[in-house]
Amino acid sequence: MSQMKRIQTPLTEDNIANLKAGDEVLLSGVILTARDQAHLRMCGLIDQGEELPVDLNGQVVYYCGPAPSKDEPIGSCGPTTSGRMDRFTPPLLAKGMKGMIGKGRRSGELKGIIKKEKAVYFVAPAGAGAYLSKKVKASEVLAFEDLGPEAIRKLTVKDFPLIVAIDMEGRYIYEKM
Amino acid sequence: MSVRCIDPKVIENTVMDLCIEANTVLRPDILKGIEDLYQSEKDNTPAKGMLKILLENAEIAQRDKLAICQDTGMVAVFIDIGNDAVIQVRGGSLVEAVNKGVERSYREGYFRKSVVGDPILRDNTGTNAPAVIHIGVIDGDGIRISVMPKGFGSENKSRMAMLDPTAGTQKIVDFCVETVRIAGPDACPPYVLGVGLGGTMEECAFLAKMALLRPINEPNSKPHLAELERSIKEKTEALGIGIMGLGGNSTVLGVNVEEYPTHIAGLPVAVNLSCHAMRSATAVV
Repeated sequence: MSQMKRIQTPLTEDNIANLKAGDEVLLSGVILTARDQAHLRMCGLIDQGEELPVDLNGQVVYYCGPAPSKDEPIGSCGPTTSGRMDRFTPPLLAKGMKGMIGKGRRSGELKGIIKKEKAVYFVAPAGAGAYLSKKVKASEVLAFEDLGPEAIRKLTVKDFPLIVAIDMEGRYIYEKM
Repeated sequence: MSVRCIDPKVIENTVMDLCIEANTVLRPDILKGIEDLYQSEKDNTPAKGMLKILLENAEIAQRDKLAICQDTGMVAVFIDIGNDAVIQVRGGSLVEAVNKGVERSYREGYFRKSVVGDPILRDNTGTNAPAVIHIGVIDGDGIRISVMPKGFGSENKSRMAMLDPTAGTQKIVDFCVETVRIAGPDACPPYVLGVGLGGTMEECAFLAKMALLRPINEPNSKPHLAELERSIKEKTEALGIGIMGLGGNSTVLGVNVEEYPTHIAGLPVAVNLSCHAMRSATAVV
């Protein structure tokens, strides 16, 4: 099988250009969690011409609402279903978001936009939240604290296992589904 | 007739313990199912690697008392009261006791609070209560309590249909296959299918959920339904979606069918889809 590639955030065209759909990668650096409500809010701000509470340039957004933790940086933190975020994604890509992590399929239309914006979509092991929590070294709330588990959190991760699902050329592991 | 009085604290504590167990200790039949799929999956494939991660995840969750999945769900609680027990919940309410048990487990277990108080207003209750509570009757003088923290990735892909009474088993199988096909990789295969047949509309959906309580290695006791379970499993496996949609053998862990008498004009069918983190726990008090 293919070698595991190690990549570091922030993501640029250079460090994601060699990624091919199906590649297994280990990601280290900073990722931002945001799911349904945070996406709805961010797009609302963009619609009103207002500033976002976070700078999305080069950032990787992780569709995740984590469990809280007593002593560790974070509790269980696996991905949620990406498809629900499809309609909110183009404006965030336009703001410079370079990577997304989730699980499951994206729409054909979004696949085209991901290719156009030269971004990448990864899938993370689904339903393995306890396992993934061990890859998170630090966690802090950046915005939308009132959303509880749906707040925007900054996670510092080391060797977070991912599979490239949509690459910069628009190749897609779920093409046949 | 002896009257058995129960303290609401017993219900509350049992619900609490069961919720923690269900969320941190993968149900033995499900763990075995994943192990079997891992053994039969092709070597050196990403699919095999993902199954290995699920096994490691179960180990870590149990060891460190972490939630198997961050979506610790909305809890469905089944309280079955023995026919020979008259329950007098002194100085409290059964519903309150159940919800307090859920609340305590999600607070003390550091589980995610995923319940909103109103489907339109969407204010998080902050407690993961209320639970959905089903109260039934069984033989004997015990009270059987089951909890099922149900994640919504798979819940969202559940479906039901009111088939014609002459539809036949093939249409039932087709409906199940279509449900899994529509879900694709999005709801975390390998899946467990709870299939309800018959009853009225709401009973059919309830049967589908109840079916998920039964271990996946225990077929329905009626031969024609055990055969239906096998047929649905075979045809849904043939979709070849695989874990994470990576293809391979690991699309379905199990199929359970539950049924009830129904009307001459109808054949209700419901599929309550579950992901591979099929969680439930049961105790008798």
